Amino acid sequence: MADKKKSKAIWDVKIVRSAILQSLLKLNPRKMMGNPVMFVVEVGSVVTTLLLFRAHSSFSFNLQITLWLWFTVLFANFAEAMAEGRGKAQAETLRKARAETMARRLLPGGGEEMVASAKLRSGDEVLVVAGEFIPGDGEIFEGIASVDESAITGESAPVIREAGGDRSAVTGGTRVLSDQIKVRITSDPGSTFLDRMIALVEGAERQKTPNEIALNILLAGLTIIFLLAVVTLQPFAIYSGSPQTVFVLVSLLVCLIPTTIGGLLSAIGIAGMDRLVQHNVLAMSGRAVEAAGDVNTLLLDKTGTITLGNRQASEFIPAPGITAAQMADAAQLSSLADETPEGRSIVVLAKTQYGLRGRELAAHEAVFVPFTAQTRMSGVNLDGREIRKGAVDAIIKYLQQHGTVLPKDVQASVETIARSGGTPLVVAENRRALGVIHLKDIVKGGMRERFTQLRAMGIKTVMITGDNPLTAAAISREAGVDDFLAEATPKDKMDLIRREQAEGKLVAMTGDGTNDAPALAQADVGVAMNSGTQAAKEAGNMVDLDSNPTKLIEVVEIGKQLLMTRGALTTFSIANDVAKYFAIIPAMFAATFPVLNVLNIMHLKTPESAVLSAVIFNALIIIALVPLALRGVAYRARSAEALLRRNLLIYGVGGLIAPFIGIKLIDVLITGIHLA
Amino acid sequence: MKKHLVTSVLMTIATTVLLGILYPLVVTALAQLVFPDQANGQLLHRNGTVVGSRLIGQAFVGPGYFHSRPSNAGTGYDAANSNGSQLGPTNHALIDRVKGDVAANQADHPGQAVPVDLVTASGSGLDPDISPAAAEFQVARVARERALPEADVRRLVQEHTTARQFGLLGEPRVNVLELNLVLDDLTRR
Amino acid sequence: MTANGWIQIIVFLGLILAVTKPLGIFMARVFSRERTFLDPVMRPVERLLYRMTGVDEDHEMRWTEYALTMLLFSGVSMLLLYAIERSQQLLPWLNPQHLPAVAPALAFNTAASFTTNTNWQNYGGESTMSYLTQMVGLAYHNFASAAVGIALAIAFIRGIARREKETIGNFWVDMTRATLWLLLPMCVIGALLLVSQGVVQNLKPYDTVKLVEPQQIQKTGPDGKPMVGQDGKPVMDTVATQTIAQGPVASQEAIKELGTNGGGFFNANSAHPFENPTPFSNYLEMFFIFAIPAGLTYTLGRMTGSQRHGWAVWAAMAVLFLTGVTTAYWAEAHGNPLLSGVDQRTSLAQPGGNMEGKEVRFGIADSTLFATITTDASCGAINGWHDSYTPLGGMVPLVNIMLSETVFGGVGAGLYGILIYVVLAVFIAGLMVGRTPEYLGKKIEAYDVKMAMLVTLVFPFIILVLTAISSVAGFGTSSISNPGPHGLTQILYAFTSMAGNNGSAFGGLNGNTLWYNTAGAMTMLVGRFFMIIPMLAIAGNLAKKKYVPPSLGTFPVTTPLFTVLLVGVILIVGALTFFPALSLGPILEHLQMVAGKTF
Repeated sequence: MADKKKSKAIWDVKIVRSAILQSLLKLNPRKMMGNPVMFVVEVGSVVTTLLLFRAHSSFSFNLQITLWLWFTVLFANFAEAMAEGRGKAQAETLRKARAETMARRLLPGGGEEMVASAKLRSGDEVLVVAGEFIPGDGEIFEGIASVDESAITGESAPVIREAGGDRSAVTGGTRVLSDQIKVRITSDPGSTFLDRMIALVEGAERQKTPNEIALNILLAGLTIIFLLAVVTLQPFAIYSGSPQTVFVLVSLLVCLIPTTIGGLLSAIGIAGMDRLVQHNVLAMSGRAVEAAGDVNTLLLDKTGTITLGNRQASEFIPAPGITAAQMADAAQLSSLADETPEGRSIVVLAKTQYGLRGRELAAHEAVFVPFTAQTRMSGVNLDGREIRKGAVDAIIKYLQQHGTVLPKDVQASVETIARSGGTPLVVAENRRALGVIHLKDIVKGGMRERFTQLRAMGIKTVMITGDNPLTAAAISREAGVDDFLAEATPKDKMDLIRREQAEGKLVAMTGDGTNDAPALAQADVGVAMNSGTQAAKEAGNMVDLDSNPTKLIEVVEIGKQLLMTRGALTTFSIANDVAKYFAIIPAMFAATFPVLNVLNIMHLKTPESAVLSAVIFNALIIIALVPLALRGVAYRARSAEALLRRNLLIYGVGGLIAPFIGIKLIDVLITGIHLA
Repeated sequence: MKKHLVTSVLMTIATTVLLGILYPLVVTALAQLVFPDQANGQLLHRNGTVVGSRLIGQAFVGPGYFHSRPSNAGTGYDAANSNGSQLGPTNHALIDRVKGDVAANQADHPGQAVPVDLVTASGSGLDPDISPAAAEFQVARVARERALPEADVRRLVQEHTTARQFGLLGEPRVNVLELNLVLDDLTRR
Repeated sequence: MTANGWIQIIVFLGLILAVTKPLGIFMARVFSRERTFLDPVMRPVERLLYRMTGVDEDHEMRWTEYALTMLLFSGVSMLLLYAIERSQQLLPWLNPQHLPAVAPALAFNTAASFTTNTNWQNYGGESTMSYLTQMVGLAYHNFASAAVGIALAIAFIRGIARREKETIGNFWVDMTRATLWLLLPMCVIGALLLVSQGVVQNLKPYDTVKLVEPQQIQKTGPDGKPMVGQDGKPVMDTVATQTIAQGPVASQEAIKELGTNGGGFFNANSAHPFENPTPFSNYLEMFFIFAIPAGLTYTLGRMTGSQRHGWAVWAAMAVLFLTGVTTAYWAEAHGNPLLSGVDQRTSLAQPGGNMEGKEVRFGIADSTLFATITTDASCGAINGWHDSYTPLGGMVPLVNIMLSETVFGGVGAGLYGILIYVVLAVFIAGLMVGRTPEYLGKKIEAYDVKMAMLVTLVFPFIILVLTAISSVAGFGTSSISNPGPHGLTQILYAFTSMAGNNGSAFGGLNGNTLWYNTAGAMTMLVGRFFMIIPMLAIAGNLAKKKYVPPSLGTFPVTTPLFTVLLVGVILIVGALTFFPALSLGPILEHLQMVAGKTF
């Protein structure tokens, strides 16, 4: 994924050190209860510890088993602590931004007073001048300013924030660079945006997500099944005349129950949230991250997401009898004073295609005619030339006033451009139409590929635009989205979401305006832009600090990756058991029934080394998989069938084979150094 | 709840009449009409008395008879107490029993391996058949005891060998009771 | 192993493949209450039944009501069977042998056994049950329990297929239609075909025939042991007659197989020549066992609108079936290395292999095929004694039942059994495609996983706990007839068979004791109804859910990959649960047998 700037090395020394301490503190049984699998391991460890000095069998063996059982619990705790630690580190960076500042609170009767930012309540109004930090989340109600939001977004370029409209929200901890603004505070101390963000990232408010709950039930069920299998094995062993020690039975139990996934499950969840934060997306709940993986339909705003913000001139189509150079010249002249992006793109096109350089017009006594709502044209008068450019109906009107008409060929060009999704601008000089400028939406690079990938993953993309259906159809064709909603009003958007949801689909969308809020709330995943209004941010269940709507796609990928990591490690954990049976069962009964050594296909040296190797493998695999749990399994945009095949092969078949090799290696090692 | 209970009772009664009484009676009537011999057990008669069923094996120990398989139905071929030996493969009782039967069978063919079905008990204890190999194993003894040419006995065995059904299903087999009845007829004449 | 044997196995699977679609379509029509060619005959009977019993055929039930009516019906009919058994000597009809009342514990066990479609038999039919008990009590339950099973499977399918609905059908209607449209007509035809092969069908007393060669038999004393005279020589008795048991066998035989019941009219079950006289009757019986369960996979596909899913499930079943039959066939054809001086080679003149407990007309191939089928399905009929199979040959039926009899499986029970595995497979592997797992458009969530785990838990719980108790307690081990590891397998097989409602046994174990009769009856009841209730809960819950339309991102349940996954999950869950027990039972016995050890 694209944005890795904030990702940390997995084994950060500071995090590891505090995680080691945390993993000891987490041994508290009341905390362990939440994780039935690891709780069983802890109970097993306690039992073997208590029996350690009473048992008659080999002390060294029993001691080693007991130690490794404790390690198993600790390793699982360590994994969780690591994930939390990484979250905390992330939070630490954020917390710096929350440094105490003084604020100028505006008094109701006029005037201001200095108060600590922590004392500000929702509804207070403050004045922030250039150079000061904004003391809390709020909405600008007066003024305009450039604001440095790098503390939150990591983006160093300042952004413009102004009263009214969709760019009025400001975040506490960001700094005003120029001008001054009056801000109405919208949050109480402790519940500011930053506070919530920190709490979420630290995992303090973590609640189990629906899939996690279901998975926990499965794991608890499997644990009970294995408990049964091991507990009843003792009577069978007694029947066969080969009763077992508690140490061996507990070892078998711990090896069989899904400790790998049980130990890593919460770490995976925390890491998923963490990965989102690394992408500068803040999820309000883990549930939202999971929902992102389930999304069937993505609603993407055209402007800014699919296309670059502005239309650009792509072609000059001259009227009959006019050369392209003539037309380009007129078009450029008409646009020299036009500071809109469209205007600038005309100047650039004329320069790149016809070598026409921008000219200094002051010498020619040029008179610029600005765009007005009445004429809906702009242009220039110079040296007797009266050049105008504008929408086709405006130009027709202009020509009619002067007794001429639009040539048929120009009319045809206009229609062709409109049909292709472009915007035609007609250029006229001295009451004569010179030709048409083709203004075009420019689709961002790489979007087509992204949409193809999404399609392969079974996700439908819908482009939302205010354009007319003709234009929308053309752009959606070019961008490769599956569908579009043209001339979209907020209500249309809402209806579309409802319609999709009625079909059982999950919908994700981005939005920033206040009028997006209802739709953001209705969508299953609503990503609000940080630059957007407070209302939009409250309505969505995620906020993108970079205000980059394209990131919705990454959010979906992170959601999927989270679910995949859980599934993959569960599969791996269960598949591991086969090898452990082949290690432990023959070891248990080989003394009484040497024939059972046929099952010792790994040729483990002694029964003790076999049991010990399996237990050690079982503990170490948790540590070995911590990076995978924190990073997530490798993600590829492919169909479910392809993903399943790949993951089944790696984690299913791999999970069958890996422990055979691992246990054998450990056996060679510990018999080599005479531990068993 | 009460309504469902009443329905349950009524449904039990109604379906019992249909499935427990009408159905078997109708099938019995049809069977007796269409396949009277099969429906009644394919009994074999000799001189007016019923001497067995074509489908139910009988014990034979006389050297002049083809022997059936060992049986654990009652005291042996008790057709009101069908059963097998229920001996497991590693039970020494099975190994010992087979050892004894092998020894007895090898009296005529010292050192020759005995066809397996001849020394293993059947599932029903009423198996009417032995394998052609088991029959062949006994041809010499029966011929000697009955003073018949071996070839004649062998031909008789072949005549009473049932091939696989439709050339595909099951195994070739020899019906012991029918074979012995024919043998009796042959030597009495 | 012979080419002929393999051909018989492959042809059999081919026949099952051939019947799957037509029967599946027929069942889908019957349970959707669409018109079929049997309507002119059966519709009036159906209407009459509803009128007599007060059933409103248009009433739809929630899963709870469905479960309640199913339980009430099973309870009432179980009581009736118990009453008949206990009073058969008093009833004036159809008891030509004047058999006495069945003892209470045995009667309870048998009532539970036949109500739960287990048909575990702690008695010999011909020596215990009157014709009336066989027909009205036992054969009736063969119909009823099978119809209940089919109804449940259909209810489960509806749960998957329906969208945002509270109900899953009407139990009475499903049960009645299963009986009238499916079981009854097929049984009449099947019974007559069986009679044509020599299966008896009469109501006459047992025949007494004069033996061709009267036998000298050692007398049995009052203590049950062979009598020995004062001179130390055995006391002999001349037996000149043979009593041949008769009865209405064919009518019961047909439903015994078609309803995957498996309760034999005679003690020797389908090994008895009057129950299974020819290789063709054997083939027909096997075909009847698998026909409906196979057809139901097609019904599943049809009713849920995903025919390929139906076939994917079918394929998983076929793979497991072939694996089982190959192992059993191989092990039995290999014979018993402990037998010396015995020719166990396969040839044109003899079946060879391990023939102890098997019939010559079936040989090894048809015996192991039957053993695999009867335990793949929850039938439990046998045509040879599994107790006398080689350790690995006998492990195949045992493992088949441990895998919850999902390979085609019992009528209805097999389908809903495998669908529980499907739910688990979809959940575990479904996460791996990066979505909340979906099964045919229904999200699999915590509640469904909880119920599926409950089903998966109850089964090993009763098997392992009761086997464990029986293997160390005197009242358990005293019933063992084959010592050593085989004895453990006998107990394990008994509780597995009863929990799985199979009914086949390692027959040497004396099940007719207070412990085995009562613990067994409870096992069978729990194994049936405690499975059904969570299963229906899932069905009810699925029916309520919204449908998520499939996309490329949806977990695929229609592909060969899914088939592989499903097989893998079934094998791994089964193996992980039971491997320790198996390693001390059949696996240990096999290794010791190869090493030449006897017990």
